[in-house]
This record gives sequence, C-alpha cells and structure tokens, in this order.
Amino acid sequence: MTNSAAEPTALIRARGLTKAFGARTAVAGIDFDVRDGEFFGFLGPNGAGKTTTMRMIAGVSPRTSGTLEIFGEDPDLHGSAIRGRIGVVHQQETLDMELSVRENLLVFGRFFGMDRASIASRADELLELFQLSDRAKDQVEPLSGGMKRRLSIARSLIATPRILMLDEPTTGLDPQARHLLWDALQRLKRGGTTIVLTTHYMDEAEQLCDRLVVMDQAKIVAEGSPRQLISEHASREVLELRFPNGTDSIDAAILDGIGDRYERLAERVIIGCENGEAAHARALAHGLNPESWLVRRSSLEDVFLRLTGRSLDE
Amino acid sequence: MIASFAPRAFSVFERNVFVYRRQWLMIVTGFFEPLFFLLGIGYGVGGVIGTIPYAGSDVPYAAFVAPALLASAAMNGAIFDSTFNIFYKLKYAKVYDAILSTPVGVGDLAVGELLWSNLRGVIYATAFLVVMLAFGLVHSPLALLAPLAVIFIGFSFGAAGFAITTHLRSWKDFDFLFILLTPLFLFSATFYPVEIYPGALRAIVELSPLTRGTHLVRSLCFGNLNLLMLVDVAYLSAISLIGYRHAVRRLGALLLK
Repeated sequence: MTNSAAEPTALIRARGLTKAFGARTAVAGIDFDVRDGEFFGFLGPNGAGKTTTMRMIAGVSPRTSGTLEIFGEDPDLHGSAIRGRIGVVHQQETLDMELSVRENLLVFGRFFGMDRASIASRADELLELFQLSDRAKDQVEPLSGGMKRRLSIARSLIATPRILMLDEPTTGLDPQARHLLWDALQRLKRGGTTIVLTTHYMDEAEQLCDRLVVMDQAKIVAEGSPRQLISEHASREVLELRFPNGTDSIDAAILDGIGDRYERLAERVIIGCENGEAAHARALAHGLNPESWLVRRSSLEDVFLRLTGRSLDE
Repeated sequence: MIASFAPRAFSVFERNVFVYRRQWLMIVTGFFEPLFFLLGIGYGVGGVIGTIPYAGSDVPYAAFVAPALLASAAMNGAIFDSTFNIFYKLKYAKVYDAILSTPVGVGDLAVGELLWSNLRGVIYATAFLVVMLAFGLVHSPLALLAPLAVIFIGFSFGAAGFAITTHLRSWKDFDFLFILLTPLFLFSATFYPVEIYPGALRAIVELSPLTRGTHLVRSLCFGNLNLLMLVDVAYLSAISLIGYRHAVRRLGALLLK
C-alpha cells in the first residue's frame, strides 16, 4: 500500500449548510466532508433532506445559509465550472426520450463542451462498460428500468467526472438489476471516481459506502463508516421478537432484562444484545411468547432505529 | 464572456437538430399552411378584388398578401416550437433538469432554444420566398433580405412564447394561447392595409408584433424602404429582450429552486 497524506483532501466541504423553502427547513445546518476517492452516502428516510443536499452540491439549488465548497469553490458562484466536473444521476429518470440510446450520450457530451470525436469514442466505451452496446441505436422508452438507470449513469460519466452523484440509484429496480448496478459502481470507485449517493436502503449503504451520514428531519444524526456506526449505535447481534397482537402489553422491566437495549415497534420488539440465542432463552424464561423470532447481525437499520426511534420503512 | 457562452447555447440547439433529423416531416408541414392561404385568399379572393392600393400604386392582391404570409409563417414556426415543444421538455420530459446538471445554465438554455425556434421560422420563410419567386410575386431584389428580417419576428415570438409557456400549468392552458394567435394572424394587416382601422383600434393593431413584422417584410418585398422599418426592428427586438429575460428568470425559479 502506498502512504497517502495524513489528511485526505476534501472534495466537498459543507459547514452549517442550510436550505429553507419558505417556512419549511429542508436542510438544517449540516456539516460534512467528502474526501477524494471515497464512496460517501447520505442515508435516511424520504423527506430527510438528502435530495436537497445533493442539489446544492450539484449547483442547481442555491443554499439559504452556511458554506459549501466543491473542489474548493462555491457552487453558487462557479456552478457551471463545478458542474463540468460532476456527473449527476437524478432520482427521477431524465433521459431524453426523443433521442436514441447512443444519441443521449452524444448530445450530453456536447453540453460539457467536448469535441465530437472524443465524445464518440467515450460513448462507445461507456455503452460497452454498461452493457448497452447492442441497444445503442434503440429508442430509450422501451428499455427496462435497470437499463435506463445504467444509461443514466453512463450518460453522467460522459465527461469523465471527478465526482459522481447518484440520488436513490436503485429505487424501483429488481434485485438482479440492483446487484448489477452495485458492481458497476464499485468498479467506478476502484477506477478513482469519488461517488456520493443517497439511499434509504440500509443494505445498499452498508454494501457500498466507505463513510456515510445518517440524516433525519433535515439534520445529520450520525456519521462514520458502516462498521463504526454499527459498533457505536447498535449491539453485535439483534434479536427480533414478533407479536402480531401488539407489543403494548409487554412489561418494560422484562424487556430491559433481556439485552443491552430494546426498541418497541407496533408488532415487533427489537433487542440489541451480544448473543442473540442467549437473549432469546432469557426472553422465554421471562415468560414472553413471541409468534416467531430471529437472530441476525446488527445492520444500519438498527442504527437508524436506535438514533431516531423509528424504523426506516415506517 | 460571449465566447464561453455561445458553445453551450449551441449545444442545446444541437440537441434539437438530433431530434429533428428523424422528425423532419413535422417541419415540412409548417410550410404548407401559408401556401394554402396564398392560393385560397391571395389568388381566390384576389381573383375577385384584383388589385389593392399599396404605397401610392395599385398592386396585385396576391403580391400584397404574400409577404404577410411569409411573416406569419415565421411567427408560427417560432411560436409552435417555443410553446408546445418547450412545455413538453420543461414539464414532462424533464429534459431541462438533465441539461441544467451540466455546465449549461438557464441563459444558455434559453438562447439555444430560441436559436432553434428561429431556425424553423427562417426555413419556412425561405421556402415561402421561393414560392413567391415562382409565382412572380416579388417586386424587388430587397425581398432576398426577408429571410433575415424574419429573424426579428422569430426571436420576438419565440421569446414571448417561451416566457408565456413558463407560466402554463397544463395542456389545457394552450387553448388560451391559441385563442390569441388566430386574431393576431387575421387582424395584423395580413389581408388588408392597417389604414382600414379607425383611430383607437388602429393604434392597437399597430402595436401587434405581427403587424410590425409584416410591415418589415412587405416593405422589403416591394423595395419600399422607409424609416418605420427601424421602428419595426426596434420594437421586435425589445419584445425579444423582455421575453428572453422573463423566460430566464422563470426557468431559474422553476428549475433552480
């Protein structure tokens, strides 16, 4: 391994970053750094402020207050130059339905001011990389969801951006398309592209991100690597007990005695503990009679639950 | 600044070239409408009334109407593109959301779109000028400047149409827009001289951008150079500038929230 600098360069730096839409505050004074070459995630439920943060970074949403630097420059002042070095994949499909697959790339390259010859060779390279070569001449509309998403990513890479930003890249994709996309993103990362993504999927964040921030209600509630977050904010294992008739009647004192901590949901009790099997034995010994139970490793889902008291899919 | 600005605007223009390489038939249709009006009104009605007084002499009615049809062809080309097509790209296709994530800004975007809608107007006008030559309706070599003069018409209607389109909420709102266009076409000194209107009404008609555009093109086609043509150019330029600035402001408010 080569020795990198002690303090890795921050490509994106936000301090007190705030965005208000009238009376509603979408992003309430958040701080974060995205370092060169890392895979950085914004994790949180819908409406947490992730997309708004992404838009401010991409220079298409002026911030209300705070500071924001991309490549050391203010996106509100040097938006065009910054956008020239960033690739953006929107949550909603924004492919050009009036153009063919390949033309989508050709036209996009022109928006970045590239010359036609380099666009053409780059386009073919990207179509190959994203397994779209045989669809190059087709219209965009009939492509599958996974193909459209791959094309969106290919298009965002036309000008070889230093940072790739993806807003909920796998929402609505089937598991196979999702894994294909994850592989592609990891390849890009290995190639040196800094990747910033938002997701509300815990497994996605856990699989992909070197570092992430958990956002909830316009604020960052935790920050770190998936491993760190799990070890700081969750126990080693999790015991889930299912009570279809509700969990309200269960005595808190009993739950306290089973593991390190617990969260009471409508039909489930989630118990953080060192050893799930042992905790399950204690639960039965205390007279609990769950309909079903399972033991698993802690995940970011548990971190989110722990931090906000809410499950992500609620 | 212009040097860095122009290529980005032109890339937006190029996008439309890509799209219309496959849809060139749609452009061709816009050429037939003025041709039908020329045959129906210019020659049909013209056959009944013969000549009409213009600039101190009597001219064939078809020759009087033809420059107005050329001007309105340019208007239609620009309006159609800057309303329907831009509304689709803005509201439904999210084309602009994608474009604005690149170095292209709202100003570049608006200029690129206006260049394109203008090209359409220029193509219609040029094609129609060829028709006029074939029918012997051109009375001066200055008529060859008409396709350039329609650039002022194209920019003013393109920019105004763009600005209005940013306020439209659904396809239904287009009914209001097109209820405006029919009288604009019929009453802007297209089929008869503006002098026909009494006092106050004439003042209103003189302010119609199509009246100004028609005056400009008609003056050229008859080789009748006059100072009012400068007013035409200034007036159409002013509308272009106001429309452009408003469209850019609205695009910013809609897309760069």
